[in-house]
Amino acid sequence: MARIDLNHIRHAYGSNPRSDKDYALKEVHHSWEDGGAYALLGPSGCGKTTLLNIISGLIHPSHGQLLFDGVDVTNLSTQERNIAQVFQFPVIYDTMTVYDNLAFPLRNRGVPQAEIDRKVRETLEMIDLASWADKKARGLTADQKQKISLGRGLVRSDVNAILFDEPLTVIDPHMKWVLRSQLKQLHQRFGYTMVYVTHDQTEALTFAQKVVVMYDGEIVQIGTPEELFERPKHTFVGYFIGSPGMNVMPVKLSGGMAQIGSHQIQLPSPVMPANAKVIELGIRPEYVRLGRTGMPVKIAKVEDIGRHKIVRTKLENQDIAIIVEEGGDIPAEPHVAFDPKGINIYADSWRVGGQ
Amino acid sequence: MEKTWNNKAWFMVLPVLLLVAFSAVIPLMTVVNYSVQDTFGNNQFFWAGTEWFEEVLHSERFHASLGRNLVFSFIILAIEVPLGIIIALNMPRKGWGVPVCLVLMALPLLIPWNVVGTIWQVFGRVDIGLLGRTLANLGINYNYVQNPMHAWFTVIIMDVWHWTSLVVLLCYAGLVSIPDAFYQAAKIDGASRWAVFRYIQLPKMNRVLLIAVLLRFMDSFMIYTEPFVVTGGGPGNSTTFLSIDLVKVAVGQFDLGPAAAMSIIYFLIILLLSWVFYTVMTNYDAER
Repeated sequence: MARIDLNHIRHAYGSNPRSDKDYALKEVHHSWEDGGAYALLGPSGCGKTTLLNIISGLIHPSHGQLLFDGVDVTNLSTQERNIAQVFQFPVIYDTMTVYDNLAFPLRNRGVPQAEIDRKVRETLEMIDLASWADKKARGLTADQKQKISLGRGLVRSDVNAILFDEPLTVIDPHMKWVLRSQLKQLHQRFGYTMVYVTHDQTEALTFAQKVVVMYDGEIVQIGTPEELFERPKHTFVGYFIGSPGMNVMPVKLSGGMAQIGSHQIQLPSPVMPANAKVIELGIRPEYVRLGRTGMPVKIAKVEDIGRHKIVRTKLENQDIAIIVEEGGDIPAEPHVAFDPKGINIYADSWRVGGQ
Repeated sequence: MEKTWNNKAWFMVLPVLLLVAFSAVIPLMTVVNYSVQDTFGNNQFFWAGTEWFEEVLHSERFHASLGRNLVFSFIILAIEVPLGIIIALNMPRKGWGVPVCLVLMALPLLIPWNVVGTIWQVFGRVDIGLLGRTLANLGINYNYVQNPMHAWFTVIIMDVWHWTSLVVLLCYAGLVSIPDAFYQAAKIDGASRWAVFRYIQLPKMNRVLLIAVLLRFMDSFMIYTEPFVVTGGGPGNSTTFLSIDLVKVAVGQFDLGPAAAMSIIYFLIILLLSWVFYTVMTNYDAER
């Protein structure tokens, strides 16, 4: 296992990139710890798969370097990098048995037979397929096939990192939970460095210790699930994570107060961003209180999703979503109040202020 | 709910029935009719039973052409299938090369059989043909009109030239349907070029290869026009395949009874062999 350093990496698919717009991946400069579980989260086309393929060596970055444990691997081939990758659709060798599928990467590397057998049996136990060893791989279900793809990575003791490219796309919802918790267990027991690409926030938040949120070719925030939830660094993170996403509204700042339309709100701590074009206030629906005091709103819609209700309201012209506990009161003359600890201020989409 | 019956629908099927009757059933029955009777013209027929069948099955001439045909099919399959796979593997997957290659590959398939025959007949001639003259100038005594080996060589090369494209195109279709992830996974697993072919490409080409082998077998077993144009079945009988022999019996000698019996046997052999091929290959496929 290895620490991964992304050293000023940029990538453009076309030749001769001129402006920032030509880059599928704008500058990425980060260090990922040895044994960490990272999730790359973002919408389609945000560059997360590009970044993953740069790490795996399927793409050579236009600029920058990639280091595994301090060693420059930018120009090494996929084989030489010693990584494992699980793809979106299960890749298995149809004509081989489950056992042979797992033995394949070892045989290709000329590992002695006894060692192969020991490693394969061990891995079969780990991925729970020991009783399927002699079955042909083509008859398996999608989740078993994905386990084989994973197993082909786990079987090699020297892999630097295991990369996952939206591996649960074709898996049934209830199996997703099972596989995800098995992955997490494997990570905790054996300490693999894992990088997991997904556009599903639940998947990212439950799998990873650190979630890397990407947007438009950039990493906008790296943080624990809690940090992403409480203190989104960018309005996109607020909007993308959470269901529904964060309420973001334009405000005017004066002293310690924020002005929304005709209403004044006390901020938890005064912030004064210098010469920003757009100032916005972000607050998650969980921190908006619906009651009889505060700013008057109109209720547009109430969505009952079982555990709680999502109340869509209008504060003057501003849409505000509120989460109300099941059985919570929705008054006839509704007002909203913002919980100060949920308030974040954004200048040109980036968060300003303390904490 | 009660079903509505509308017998007018039968009229819709009628044209097809008539077409099939005239194009297939009636001619076939005529052949069956000839194969069990003897005729001396004047529309006089005498019952012959299985006599013609026995005669054909015991005739050495039939055995010889059948043998030649089997050897021919075997040789061209042994050349065209591996060659087709190799070419398909080396064809570009993207860029301007793709349409160029596809058109080049499709060209031989578009040329009518007798034109192919004529092309090679001229091409191989020692006096004016490019191939014949070149070989002669190289000091090789090549003459497909007189030397049976050379005649076979010419007919086989001609068939390979004409039909390998079919195998190539089928294999290529199989190859391009393999998702990139498979190649990437193979790279990560450290697979050699051979392993990629053996465990990824070949299994994915399985089905198209089955079709390619079946089509090429049936076609080569029925080959008529090209060898007829190039060698006329000669020198001697050395390139007289079943269909050429059949035409000689039916049209040349006007032995309608034996020719009809031979047609039916010929038809059954193709049916049988194709069925055997198909069953063996699909069973093999299912086992894996």
